[in-house]
Amino acid sequence: MTDVLLIADHDGKTLNAGTNRALTCAKELGEVDLAVFHSGADDVVETASKLDWVTRVLSVERPENADPVAAVLAPQIAKLAEDYDCVLAPSTTFGKDVLPRVAALLGVPQVSDLMEVLDKRSFKRPIYAGNVITTVTVPEGCKVLATVRIASFQAAEFGDASPVESISLDVSLPGHTTYHGLAETTTGDRPDLQSASRVVAGGRGVGSEENFAVVFKLAERLNAAVGASRAAVDAGYVPNDMQIGQTGKIIAPELYIGVGISGAIQHMTGIKDAGLIVAINKDPEAPIFEAADIGLVGDLFQILPQIEAELDK
Amino acid sequence: MKILVGVKRVIDYNVRVQINREGTGVITEGVKMSINPFDEIAVEEALRIRDRGEATEVVVAGIGPGAAQQQLRTALAMGADRALLFETDDEIQPLAAARAFMKLVEQEDAGLVILGKQAIDDDSNQVGQMLAALWDRPQATFVSGLEFADGKAKAVREVDAGLETIEVELPAVLTVDLRLNEPRFVKMPDIMKAKRKPLDITPFADLGIEMPPKLEIGAHEPPPKRAGGVKVESAAELVKLLKDKGVL
Ligand SMILES: Cc1cc2nc3c(=O)[nH]c(=O)nc-3n(C[C@H](O)[C@H](O)[C@H](O)COP(=O)(O)OP(=O)(O)OC[C@H]3O[C@@H](n4cnc5c(N)ncnc54)[C@H](O)[C@@H]3O)c2cc1C
Ligand SMILES: Nc1ncnc2c1ncn2[C@@H]1O[C@H](COP(=O)(O)O)[C@@H](O)[C@H]1O
Repeated sequence: MTDVLLIADHDGKTLNAGTNRALTCAKELGEVDLAVFHSGADDVVETASKLDWVTRVLSVERPENADPVAAVLAPQIAKLAEDYDCVLAPSTTFGKDVLPRVAALLGVPQVSDLMEVLDKRSFKRPIYAGNVITTVTVPEGCKVLATVRIASFQAAEFGDASPVESISLDVSLPGHTTYHGLAETTTGDRPDLQSASRVVAGGRGVGSEENFAVVFKLAERLNAAVGASRAAVDAGYVPNDMQIGQTGKIIAPELYIGVGISGAIQHMTGIKDAGLIVAINKDPEAPIFEAADIGLVGDLFQILPQIEAELDK
Repeated sequence: MKILVGVKRVIDYNVRVQINREGTGVITEGVKMSINPFDEIAVEEALRIRDRGEATEVVVAGIGPGAAQQQLRTALAMGADRALLFETDDEIQPLAAARAFMKLVEQEDAGLVILGKQAIDDDSNQVGQMLAALWDRPQATFVSGLEFADGKAKAVREVDAGLETIEVELPAVLTVDLRLNEPRFVKMPDIMKAKRKPLDITPFADLGIEMPPKLEIGAHEPPPKRAGGVKVESAAELVKLLKDKGVL
């Protein structure tokens, strides 16, 4: 018996990189089988099979698995879980949606946002928007179910191929949910916010959708992903998938540059794991300076072009 | 259709949470408490659905200490019809909360349950999904847009890659995200009126749910502190420093 069942997050075309990070956590708990629920996502299965540390890739293919519907996936995962001590999923919106449903079917508690493994049953996780870290222990006799806070783990490397096994599960599935598709808002070939090594993020201080062009411009110059505060998203400057923070994305780039962002705790919890935090804000009292490694007080509309000019030198 | 809404009492989102001296929990004495912000949005949405004539009654339910009456009263002042408090001073974890809501769904014959996507104290993000599993009904989590037609709810969900649309048959469980609506301000006359609305208090134990296994909660500690930062005076200085540090 392998110890850990890891559920892959994917969109039918590519494996979400959060899976690779969750795998690094999974490996600390034992031997890992990686399950891909899908319909015709052969590329995803192939990518999954090239990840290091995977004992087997379980390909669970059926037409109902074409879309990520929690009510359809949960009973299958619960069935597959019978043979494992531990079931993990990345703490992406996919993992957060499906795993608690599995936990309820199994009648066990779930650890959300696992950030550190202490032993096979004890883990650290953030609460209160990351202002407190608490240790939780899964009681004996319960399977360990956890979503993995992906910013807390490095991505597993690609390496030796592992065998792929096709699995068919005898589970009847509900038909009460219809998937109507995804409106992807992130355009072009900009790096993905959650895996980018550099991120430039704008807040309410950027002032408008048009003004956000200055943020995009610097990001492009740095080959960085673009993020935003909730205020900027709420104001309609940028789409929701750019939100960083407690209720948005948790990121861990090498470099984060926040401009026109005040530094509310709900935002800062999303960037705590960044290698270097740079803050540009015209208010010297802005709380973001307390957490920033490098602070620059001034008007972003003057400073960003100056940075670009310096880079050109 | 009756709508059941979860209302949890939590430390207000503006409070800088402090860990107690023993490291066993956080300090709540003298700290401002509020409705979980996501639950406020859940209440607002339920009221709008009722006021459009698509539901008949909005029942708000909380599990927590006696003082959680305050948050339920606020929900009544917003316009909810009735409130239920299941009183306990114990920490009720998500699976137990989901089982309690399941009991309520049966007792109230609810056609729709709206919860917050997460409680900002434990940040679990679990109860709605767990309830949907126990009820064997559809779930739409992280909802930022909602419409009803032909016994179905069409929900727009905020997911990592953008906005996803799904359609679920009713009854169903929805968990709401912050951009679904802007909750109304409660006015003084509404607060007075809410005092006369029914708020039933029952000991949590009387719900008679089987208590599930619990996560054992250990030490509470502050997050690792980042080393102190530096201020630079100009863009030129910033770029030089970033180059020196090898990130550019
Ligand atoms: C339950 C809950 C969850 C939340 N989740 C999140 C989350 O996930 N992510 C998130 O970001 N927020 C979240 N928030 C919101 C958070 O509390 C703050 O309201 C938000 O982060 C503020 O965004 P901001 O810093 O862009 O705006 P503000 O706080 O308005 O700050 C704007 C800043 O821009 C500066 N500025 C203005 N003009 C300029 C200029 N020309 N040049 C330089 N600087 C300028 C100002 O000095 C100011 O500091 C959440 C809130 C709640 C209640
Ligand atoms: N003690 C409680 N009382 C009322 N509602 C609750 C309680 N716990 C959780 N909920 C509901 O479940 C949602 C998600 O909570 P959680 O899964 O704990 O993050 C909350 O936003 C509430 O709507």
